[in-house]
Amino acid sequence: MEDNREMLLKRVQICDFILVETNEYLDTHPNDQAALDYFKKYNEMRRTAAKEFTEKYGPLNMWDFEGGNRWNWVDDPWPWEKQ
Amino acid sequence: MWSYSKKLQYPVKIERPNPAMAKVIISQFGGPHGELGAATRYLSQRYSMPYGEVKGVLTDIGTEELGHMEMVSAIVYQLTRNLTPDEIKKSGFDVYFADHTTGLYPQAASGSAFSAETLASTGDVIADLTEDLAAEQKARLTYDNLLRLVDDPDVRDPLKFLRARELVHFQRFGESLRIAQDHLDAKNFYAFNPAFDMPKK
Repeated sequence: MEDNREMLLKRVQICDFILVETNEYLDTHPNDQAALDYFKKYNEMRRTAAKEFTEKYGPLNMWDFEGGNRWNWVDDPWPWEKQ
Repeated sequence: MWSYSKKLQYPVKIERPNPAMAKVIISQFGGPHGELGAATRYLSQRYSMPYGEVKGVLTDIGTEELGHMEMVSAIVYQLTRNLTPDEIKKSGFDVYFADHTTGLYPQAASGSAFSAETLASTGDVIADLTEDLAAEQKARLTYDNLLRLVDDPDVRDPLKFLRARELVHFQRFGESLRIAQDHLDAKNFYAFNPAFDMPKK
């Protein structure tokens, strides 16, 4: 169970890292078509990975809240805690 | 505006606490080449930056540095869990513990509190970007020194990730300086400061 949480979270982290790296590259190369396509591809992948994670394990961002009777944003674990 | 993502940029999972390591690694939180200074430097400098590409670089790298501050803090936090007073005394962590227990406080390894005097925001495009290039190298060499002191692979792994990011940021700031210089007088980069002097029509 925990392993699955870790795996799904890692998938989001990998996509987000690629997006941050590509974002910073695009800042100084804003017309690089290959980099733009690369960003688009992983942005799509990120959306899927984040949806899969948040449906099972709760929000990564406040916008992930989907109703329900508890503000599960406050639920452990928080990122700095060894999970 | 910023929003929080409830995850680290890169995993930090440290099995064994080690307060002696925490005592030196905390420098990359609040020390002279640390992540708090890095974020503050770039996010302050961007207001006097005239070029969109470089406004983007300062904003996005500054934002990433906030995530690195969180990673360094997580490393220190995990290295100082479940300590006994005896372990604290033996490790030399007692000098920190006296004031901060095991809370996170931005300071250098040598014990001095975080100071904005470790960074510059000059309002001069070339001076700021040159400062940023040096800052990335100083952060890199600090991670190199920490990697010389740390043998636990659980701790080395995130430190290596952070070190690699300094190299990438150095590259982006190099490109930023080139972009800025392309906007300047090619015969004299210092003929005017585009963040202050009115450009000649």
